[in-house]
Amino acid sequence: MISARLGLYGSLLVAAVPLALTIAVGLLSLLPADSALHVPGYVVTLLGKYLAYALLALSVDLVWGYVGILSLGHGAFFALGGYAMGMYLMRQIGTRGVYGDPVLPDFMVFLNWQELPWYWYGFDHFAFAALMIVLVPGALAFVFGYLAFRSRVSGVYLSIITQALTFALMLAFFRNDMGFGGNNGLTDFKDLLGANLQAGSTKAGLLIATGAFLSFFFLVCRHLTQSRFGKVLIAIRDAESRTRFLGYRVERYKLLVFTFSAMMAGIGGALYVPQIGIINPSEFEPANSIEAVIWVAVGGRGTLVGSMVGAVIVNFAKTVLTGTFPEIWLFVLGGLFIFVTLFMPRGIVGLFTGLRTWRSQPAKVRKQLTGRALEAGE
Amino acid sequence: MRRWVSGLLLLCAILPALAGGRLARADEIDDAIAGFAGNFAEVEQAIGALAATDDAVAPKILEALADGRLRIGPDHSLYIEDAKGALVEARTGAAADPPGKLKPVKVNNRVRRAVEAAMGQLTLLSPDPGQRMNAADTLFRSPDPGRLPALEQALAEETDARVKALLEQARAAILLMVPETPDADKIAAVETLAARGDQAARVLLGTAAEKSSGEIAAAANAALKSIDRELAFWSGVQSVYYGLSLGSVLLLAAIGLAITFGVMGVINMAHGEMVMLGAYTTFVVQDLIRNAAPGLFDYSLLIALPLAFLVAGAAGVAIERGIIRFLYGRPLETLLATFGLSLVLQQAVRSVFGPSNREVGNPSWMSGAVDVGGLVLTYNRLWIIVFSMMVFALLILLLRKTALGLQMRAVTQNRRMAASMGIRTDAVDSLTFGLGSGVAGVAGVALSQIENVSPNLGQSYIIDSFMVVVFGGVGNLWGTLVGAVSLGIANKLLEPVAGAVLGKIAVLILLVLFIQRRPRGLFPIKGRAVET
Amino acid sequence: MNAAPVATIGGTPESMQPLLYLDGISVSFDGFKALNGLSLVLDPGEMRAVIGPNGAGKTTMMDVITGKTRPDSGKAMFREADLTQLDEAEIAALGIGRKFQKPTVFEMHSVFDNLLLALKADRRPSRVLFASTRAIERERADGILEMVRLTGMRGRMAGELSHGQKQWLEIGILLAQEPELLLVDEPAAGMTDAETEQTTELLRRINETRSVIVVEHDMTFVRALAVKVTVLHEGSVLAEGSLEHVSNDPRVIEVYLGR
Ligand SMILES: Nc1ncnc2c1ncn2[C@@H]1O[C@H](COP(=O)(O)OP(=O)(O)O)[C@@H](O)[C@H]1O
Ligand SMILES: [Mg+2]
Repeated sequence: MISARLGLYGSLLVAAVPLALTIAVGLLSLLPADSALHVPGYVVTLLGKYLAYALLALSVDLVWGYVGILSLGHGAFFALGGYAMGMYLMRQIGTRGVYGDPVLPDFMVFLNWQELPWYWYGFDHFAFAALMIVLVPGALAFVFGYLAFRSRVSGVYLSIITQALTFALMLAFFRNDMGFGGNNGLTDFKDLLGANLQAGSTKAGLLIATGAFLSFFFLVCRHLTQSRFGKVLIAIRDAESRTRFLGYRVERYKLLVFTFSAMMAGIGGALYVPQIGIINPSEFEPANSIEAVIWVAVGGRGTLVGSMVGAVIVNFAKTVLTGTFPEIWLFVLGGLFIFVTLFMPRGIVGLFTGLRTWRSQPAKVRKQLTGRALEAGE
Repeated sequence: MRRWVSGLLLLCAILPALAGGRLARADEIDDAIAGFAGNFAEVEQAIGALAATDDAVAPKILEALADGRLRIGPDHSLYIEDAKGALVEARTGAAADPPGKLKPVKVNNRVRRAVEAAMGQLTLLSPDPGQRMNAADTLFRSPDPGRLPALEQALAEETDARVKALLEQARAAILLMVPETPDADKIAAVETLAARGDQAARVLLGTAAEKSSGEIAAAANAALKSIDRELAFWSGVQSVYYGLSLGSVLLLAAIGLAITFGVMGVINMAHGEMVMLGAYTTFVVQDLIRNAAPGLFDYSLLIALPLAFLVAGAAGVAIERGIIRFLYGRPLETLLATFGLSLVLQQAVRSVFGPSNREVGNPSWMSGAVDVGGLVLTYNRLWIIVFSMMVFALLILLLRKTALGLQMRAVTQNRRMAASMGIRTDAVDSLTFGLGSGVAGVAGVALSQIENVSPNLGQSYIIDSFMVVVFGGVGNLWGTLVGAVSLGIANKLLEPVAGAVLGKIAVLILLVLFIQRRPRGLFPIKGRAVET
Repeated sequence: MNAAPVATIGGTPESMQPLLYLDGISVSFDGFKALNGLSLVLDPGEMRAVIGPNGAGKTTMMDVITGKTRPDSGKAMFREADLTQLDEAEIAALGIGRKFQKPTVFEMHSVFDNLLLALKADRRPSRVLFASTRAIERERADGILEMVRLTGMRGRMAGELSHGQKQWLEIGILLAQEPELLLVDEPAAGMTDAETEQTTELLRRINETRSVIVVEHDMTFVRALAVKVTVLHEGSVLAEGSLEHVSNDPRVIEVYLGR
C-alpha cells in the first residue's frame, strides 16, 4: 500500500539505492588502504550480509505482508540456497583441501567416504548450482505449499508447521551421514567462478551483485504487488473467503507466491554464503526464521521498502550490540518484538510515509488501517 | 570389584573348611606357582591352574597379582607385599626373607581378565548367596571348561534356587563349548540357555548353532528364534514404555498450551519459558533446602510444586495483562510478541543463574529402578507418568466441575455470547492464561528430574508441544492426551528402526502430512467461533 | 418437505428445468441438525425470499449451495451441475454469487478496485498476472457503481464506507461477477428505512436479468419485494407461497410471526 503511494519514480529511486550503495562501497573498498575514502573489508562483508538478509526479508514480506501467510520457515529456504552455493564452492576447492582429494570435499574424506553421493553431482558446474539455488527451495516450497494450501491450513497452524519444517531440516542437516558436512557445515571455500574469495575485488563484486539482486527483486515484487495479481493477493489476505466466492482459486495464488518467495530467499542465501564463508545447520534454526519476520515488522509489513530497511537496521543494531554488550542483545531483540507488535504495527516506514495519509483519515478508518489490514488470513 | 575382593578376604579363612573333601595336592600348587615366572601366556595358564587347586592360598595370590603386590624372586618363588610393605611368602604366608632382588609379576589385560575369571570360580562356594550369584554369573559370561569339575561340585552343594539356576546356565554354557559332551546333554544345555532367553544366552546359542550340526544345530536355531521373539517383544514393550514416558512429558508440557490456545486462541511462544521458570523454581527450592534444612531434601519437589505453579502462573497473568490483552484477534502478532518475550525471559534467566546447566537432584524416592519381566522401569520416569496423569485428571475435573471451568468452556465455544451472558471474559482470559502457565510451571518441576535445567530447557519442548496440540486438536484436553501419548510412542517406536534423529524427522513429516488431512487435528471443535 | 416443484404464484410452467434444485439436504454439526431434509426449487429468473427465525438454517443453506459446507445427505443441483461435488471457486465460476450476512468487502482496496477484482474474467493466476485494465472493464465497473449508488465513493477505500454502503458494494461485487443466481444474505440488516427501500428497488432491478434468493428478517422488506416466500424452521421448509399465504399458516404464526 505504501509503496503504492511511492509511485513509479519513487519506487525506481528506492530500487536504485541498494545498487548505488553497493557500487559506491564496493569501489571505495578497492582504494588503497591509506586513502581517506578507503572502506575496510569488514564493512564490505557486513553490508553484503545485511543486504542478503534484506533479500530474505523481502521474500518474507511478500508472503506475509501481501498474502497474510506468516511463514516461520523462510530461513530454511535461505539456508537451502546457501547450501546449494556452498556445494558449488566446495567442489571448486579441488585438490587444495586439507586432504587434497580432487573430488571429495574434506569432510567426506574425513568420514572415510569412498565416492561422491549422487546428489553432489553437477555441483561443480556453476550453471547447475545456480539452477539448484532456486529449484531446491522452490521445489520444497511447492510441495509443502501444495499440501498445506490445498487443505486450507492457514493462520497459526500454517506458521507452526512451517516452523516444524525448518526444525526437521535442521535436525537432518546436523547428521553427518546426510552428506552436507554435519555440524560443521560447508566452509574453507577458495574461489567462485575462478575469482579468489579472499581478494578485495571479489568481495566488492559479490557485494555489488547482492545490491543488484536486491534492487531487481524489489522491482519485481513491486510490480507483482501493484498489478491486478497483487490486488488479488491483498484481497486474499483481507477476506479470503470473499475472494474464493468470487471464483479465485486462492490456493493457487498462495502456492505461486509462496514458491516464488522461497526462490528469492534461496538466492539471498546463495549470496550470503560466499561473503560469510560458511554455511552450517544452525542457519535452519527456527529462531532465525522468526527473526526475519521481525525485521519485516520493524520496517513495516506490506511495504516492501520497510522489509529491506528493517533487515538492515535490526542487523546493524545486532552487530553493534553483540560487539559491545552481548548480554543486552537478546533483551533488545525480544523487546523489539514486543514493542513493534504493540506500538508500531505499521513499522518504521509506516511512521514516516504513512503519517500524512494517516492524519487525513477519519478515526474509524485509522483503526481499520492498523487493525484490519494487519490481521492475517481470513 | 573392590568390594568383591574384600569379601574374598573374609572368605579365604573359611574356604578350606567348606571345600571339605577336596584338598589340593601340594605339588599341584607348586607347579602352578612356577608358571608365574613365564611370559603372559604362561602366567595366564598358571592362574587357571592355581585356581583349579581351590587351595586357600590361591585367592591371596590372585588378589595380590591383581593389585600389583605379587613379587617373584630369582628362585621363582612368590612373595606378597602386604599393605604396609612387609613381605610374606606366598606359599606359606610366613614372614619372608627373600634370597635376592625381587621383581613384580607383570600384568596385562588378558592376565587381569584371567584373574577375574579365576576369582569368580573361587567364590562359587562362598557362604554369601550374593557372592555365589556373582561368581556363577562371571562363570556364565566367560565359561571355562577347566572349571567344570568345580562347578559340578558347587552345583551339588547349592541350595539357593536362584543361584542354582544360574549355575546350571553356566554349566550349560560350558557343556555347549566342549566338543565331547554327549548330544543329549548338549540339547539339554540348549534348552537351559533358551529358558534364560537374554542377549548373553543368544550369543552362546549363536556360536553353538554355527559350530555344531544336525540335531543340536537345529535345537540351537529353534532356541535362537524363540529368544529373538522374546527379545523383540520386550524391546517393543520397552519402547512403548519409553514412549509413554516421553508422551507424559509432552503431555505436561503441552497441556497448558492446549488450554491457552484452546480457550483463547492465543499462541504463546513463551510457554516453554514458563516450563523453564518452573524448573528454576525447583532449583532455587532445592538450593535453599540444601543450605538451610538438608533433612527436607526428599520433600523438595513437593514444596517446589505449588511454588512453581504460583511463579509461572503469576508470570502468565502478567503476560496476559501486559501484552496479550492488546493483541486479541491478531494471533500472528501475538505469536511474534510472545516469541520476543521468550527471548527476554531466557536472557533474564541466563543473566541471573548463568548460562550453564543447574544441578537439580532426584529425591531418594525418585532414584533407582525396578525390573519387571524384561523391563527396566526407572522410578523418575514412572513418577512422571503417574504425575502427568494426575495433573491431567485434575485439569479435567477443574474444567468439568468448577465455575471457572464452566466459564472457560463457555468462552471457548462462543466468546461473544458468553460476554453477553455476563461472563467477564477478560477475567476468564487472565485466569485461563494464568492456569495454562501455572501448569507449565508444574511441568517444569517434573522436567527438572530428567532434563538439564538450563535457560534453553523450554525451547527444546516448544515445537513438540505445538505439534501435540495441533495433532490432538484445539480446545479438547482428551485430544491433547491422545496426541501426546501417540506422538511419544511413535517417536520411540521409530527410534530403533530409524535412529533418534531420523525418527524425529519422520514424526514431524508424518504430522505435517496429517495436518493436510485433518487441518484441525484429531478432535476438532466445530463451530463458527473457530472460523473467524 | 415437498420435493416437487410447486408453481403457485407467478410461477413458470412445470415443464421448465429448474435453475436450482435442493432435495432432502441435511447438515449436522456435532450431532446438531442445522439442516434437516431441506428441499427447495428455484426457477430461472425467479426471485425468492427465504425467511425464518434465527438459527433456522438460512445461512447454512447458502453455505451448502456455494460449496462452503458439504451436506451429509441430499441432492443439490444447479442446472446440470452437482453442487456437492464442486468447491467454492468452481461454483462461483458456474454463475452463483453470494453476499455474506456480515458485509465482506476488500477494505484495503478502493471501491473501484473492489469491482475490478470481481468483474467476470479469467481468474487463473497466470492470466491475472499479466492482465491490464481495459477500457471496457472500466466502463462496466463504473456502470455497476452507478447502479449501487457508489459513484461518489469510487476512489475511496472500501474500509471507509458506511455499513449500508458496504452492503451495496458487496451487491455490486456480485453483479460484477455476472452470475445467473445471486444469494443475498440479510441485505437490509443495519440499514435506514430509506436505504432499505433503495435496496428493494436494486434487487428488483437485478431480478430483471438474474435469479435471486434473498434471506431477510425484515417483514416490510419482504412484503415490498412481493415474491414467493419460503419459511424455514429448524432446518426444513415449514411453508411456501405468497407472503399472505404463509403468514396465514398457523404453524408459521406459531414459530415465527406470532412471537
Ligand atoms: N460451522 C458451524 N458449526 C456449528 N454450528 C453451526 C455452524 N454453522 C451453523 N451452525 C448452527 O446451525 C444453526 C443454523 O445456523 P444458520 O444457518 O446461521 O441460521 P440462520 O442463518 O437461519 O440464522 C445454528 O444453530 C448455528 O449455530
Ligand atoms: Mg444467518
